Amino acid sequence: MISPGEKAPDFSLPNHKGEQVSLSDFRGRRVMLAFYPSDFSPVCSDQLSIYQEVKPDLDEAGLEVVGISIDHSWAHNAFRKHLNLDFTLLADFHPKGEVADGYGAYLADYGTSNRSLVLVDPEGVVSWVYEAPTPLEIPGANLLFDALEATDKA
Amino acid sequence: MRGAGTELILYLDLGCPHCAATWAQVSSRPLRLVFRHFPVASKHPRAPALHAAAEAVALQGSEEAFWALVDSIYRDQGRIDDPHLWERVEALGLEVERFDRDRRSTAVANRVRRDFQGGIRAGVAGTPAAFVDGAPVAGDLASEPAL
Repeated sequence: MISPGEKAPDFSLPNHKGEQVSLSDFRGRRVMLAFYPSDFSPVCSDQLSIYQEVKPDLDEAGLEVVGISIDHSWAHNAFRKHLNLDFTLLADFHPKGEVADGYGAYLADYGTSNRSLVLVDPEGVVSWVYEAPTPLEIPGANLLFDALEATDKA
Repeated sequence: MRGAGTELILYLDLGCPHCAATWAQVSSRPLRLVFRHFPVASKHPRAPALHAAAEAVALQGSEEAFWALVDSIYRDQGRIDDPHLWERVEALGLEVERFDRDRRSTAVANRVRRDFQGGIRAGVAGTPAAFVDGAPVAGDLASEPAL
């Protein structure tokens, strides 16, 4: 897993509409990369729907959440509609899991990313990370706020 | 809060079928039940309205009315549109007009929001979520030894 202080590897991945989105597009803002195993799984659905519920608070705190999984843009499109999500989901579909692997968040044995959070600061440097002990454990939305608090104090 | 015994704090979504199943298993056990609102609108679009309804009947009726509405919703989650809520409110002997005013009030919204934010701070990441005597319960609540 990537560590705080390291430069966040840049990437360009398609979003739910197939439009390319790069990490550098978020330069100047804080962005939380939320790697998760797969669209529509019950645990991922719980995780992302809770993040959606706190989105107004995250917006107020100036934090953008970007979900990344190995699913295709079309799956992301359907998943966003299914859960009424309005944050960015990126498709790490081809080459499969390449971006997750670059962050040390890919589980080759499972063929998906682990449930990992990476906070990237406005200069593109990793400032906080969290890796779930297993893909079945959800990083609660409290961690998003904990990350902001921890990095605000630093 | 309802009942006496071991304290079971439940973060529940009134639109969540898993919560209804959990409620059926634990609500009649000899426990001190603490209900915390945790509506997840993105998964269950009617959840905010249902939680507001539960608080509105508590305002007009009593805590007893609150529990009665919670029991009633979890018994039948197929009838949760406004006309069904009005029927349930009338069955509790409460005024529908006042119910409609109360459930849209800021006080009710704030009450629900406060519980939700408390759940987020406590690390709740899905429903149902339970705490027994302050400690989170992992896995199947029905097989929790303390219950």
